[in-house]
Amino acid sequence: MKICITSSGKGMDSAVDLRFGRCKYFCIYDTVSRETKVLENAGASSQGGAGIAAAQQVVDEGVEVLITGNLGPNAMRVLRAAGVKAYRAEETDAARAVMMYEAGQLQPIESPVSAHFGMQNKRGDK
Amino acid sequence: MLISVLSGKGGTGKTTVAVNLAALMKNACYVDCDVEEPNGHIFLDPVYSKTERVEVMVPAIDKEKCSGCGECVRFCYFNALALVKWQVLLFPEVCHGCGGCIHVCPQNAVTEDKKDIGRIDTGVGGGLECIRGVLEIGEPVGVPIIKKMKAGLREDRTNILDCPPGSSCTVVGAIQGSSYAVLVTEPTNFGLHDLEIAVRLVKKLGIPAGVVINRSGEGDERVVEYCCSEGIPVLGRIPFERGIAEAYSKGGLLTEDARYRKYFEDIARRLEEVLNREAACYYKR
Repeated sequence: MKICITSSGKGMDSAVDLRFGRCKYFCIYDTVSRETKVLENAGASSQGGAGIAAAQQVVDEGVEVLITGNLGPNAMRVLRAAGVKAYRAEETDAARAVMMYEAGQLQPIESPVSAHFGMQNKRGDK
Repeated sequence: MLISVLSGKGGTGKTTVAVNLAALMKNACYVDCDVEEPNGHIFLDPVYSKTERVEVMVPAIDKEKCSGCGECVRFCYFNALALVKWQVLLFPEVCHGCGGCIHVCPQNAVTEDKKDIGRIDTGVGGGLECIRGVLEIGEPVGVPIIKKMKAGLREDRTNILDCPPGSSCTVVGAIQGSSYAVLVTEPTNFGLHDLEIAVRLVKKLGIPAGVVINRSGEGDERVVEYCCSEGIPVLGRIPFERGIAEAYSKGGLLTEDARYRKYFEDIARRLEEVLNREAACYYKR
């Protein structure tokens, strides 16, 4: 299974980026091979529809579980349609977030924040 | 004739200059192109007698015909489409209405639908015709409203276009085809910085321009120096005065106060001079 963590750096030791659409990188961790693939988020530099572009990228990678801070309404619609399960992380690093997910300590993201939430809340704070 | 009033930086006094010039000039029509936040009506207090809705194209996807190839999704620059499980998801509020998805679809599964994005109000206020475009909240692009508004303008009038701030698509859409651009600035670092961007824009579009310095006083020299270096005339100045700010805060026209009317008369006179000169240059070419 592939787990995608939105991250501010290029490795599993980087902090989880609590924004989704405008996060810098996606760390995609394969639970079978235990390998991590890092992708730049194409949505981060898009003029608009960042959440949609980011979600499309995650879906195209065959991700089943997403760990991030918040999701906007458009990203949520894409991820739900694809059956990707999203979980909320607090401030931590990507590796620890995966451990917490595997220990069942992360809460699923049930409802979206407002559009452009991450633009005003750069760290994705609530 | 179209005369655009723009600034780059917001809050420099575009609307102040535009409404007062429109009120002074003969046969003028005030056109509020700042469709995200039109506010010229506060000063001209028009009664709108006509309202037209503005619609733009959005795609509609025929699920029967769609093969899920994703050509439209890859084409869409604005991320208004997504492909999940061979089905296209559409986000109409993100769509800019370019119609590219219709052209690239190999199955002809994308057709044209309509979306309402705002309206155009037309009326009379302060003794002149007033037109304003109003973009609905959440809509990304006001350009179609501006284009429709401009298409309905009378050529025998002096149409004063009060443009949006910045230098993006809406501003380009508003100033295209103008005979002249009035660039309103303020003598601050921000004012000058954005004036330079506005100057680059009008030069690129080949629109002759002049500058009005609002809140004029300390710092004017740098603006004047810059204008000289670019060969752009300073059409006039509106001083930094409490009385002006007070009149503005009450929604009054400055031309109605004898103390301030002269500043706009000066600008209007200089504007007519430069317009005549531009016309003469045009015939020489």
